[in-house]
Amino acid sequence: MFEDPDAELLSRLRAGDEGAFAELAGKYQSAMLSLARGYVPTGAVAEEVVQDTWVGVLRGIDRFEHRSTLRTWLFRILVNRAISAGVRERRSVPLDDLEPVVDASRFDAGGTWKVPPEPWADQVDDKVIAAKMAARIRAAIGELPLHQREVVTLRDVQGLSSEEVCAILGISQANQRVLLHRGRSKLRQIVESEFGRGR
Amino acid sequence: MIRLKLRPRPGMICRQAVELVTDYLGDALSSAQRLRFERHLATCLDCPEYLAQMRAVITLAGSITPDDLTPRMRSELTSLYRRWLADES
Repeated sequence: MFEDPDAELLSRLRAGDEGAFAELAGKYQSAMLSLARGYVPTGAVAEEVVQDTWVGVLRGIDRFEHRSTLRTWLFRILVNRAISAGVRERRSVPLDDLEPVVDASRFDAGGTWKVPPEPWADQVDDKVIAAKMAARIRAAIGELPLHQREVVTLRDVQGLSSEEVCAILGISQANQRVLLHRGRSKLRQIVESEFGRGR
Repeated sequence: MIRLKLRPRPGMICRQAVELVTDYLGDALSSAQRLRFERHLATCLDCPEYLAQMRAVITLAGSITPDDLTPRMRSELTSLYRRWLADES
């Protein structure tokens, strides 16, 4: 059995607590918008999809049976609606770019670093720099390919488990890991190129 | 005379290690792979920084707070909720 992090919100919502609805929306609306945006042509359509999802959530809330977490259920509704509203095909989650996650030119012939990572990891202890990096990462997530963006948003920004993400997107664990790894690796590269200290 | 030498399995190289970081952090490596990965890390000068950066990316992504609802969205959601509540009762 899993624990639903939104169990308390759910029971308040069922009891007709408007504040609980606002909290739930505050928690998930921006991720929902960003996910929906991957499928539909404009931000306005994405907003409609999200609104429509909330209607679906409210209508279904009494029938929700805890076979998944509330957020898994909610994001599944969203993705389904986004697909029907969308112009883009889904399914076949492509292992689209199978290039190495670090540019091959950075290794020598034996596979050892030739141009090693420029250090920056220790800088996250500085709150001001960390905030700048986080802002950069937020923007960079929006530029990831659709499937990577979905997985990174759900796993690393929203903190969902890999099981939840697989259920929402209908993909395998292996696929999920590949997408997550590619997405994270790109984000790392971007932070390195902007914050790394050359050596 | 030919001497048969038992060659140990070559160690992991950096180029392989960087492909395995998410599997390592997500506990998705076999125990043999995990051991090779950790051995590499213990002797490599640069991969520990790479791993630390990947961890930092995850932490930073997790620190992103959701955008506040715009006043317009907030009021649309409130009326959506009230309509639903009215329909229910």
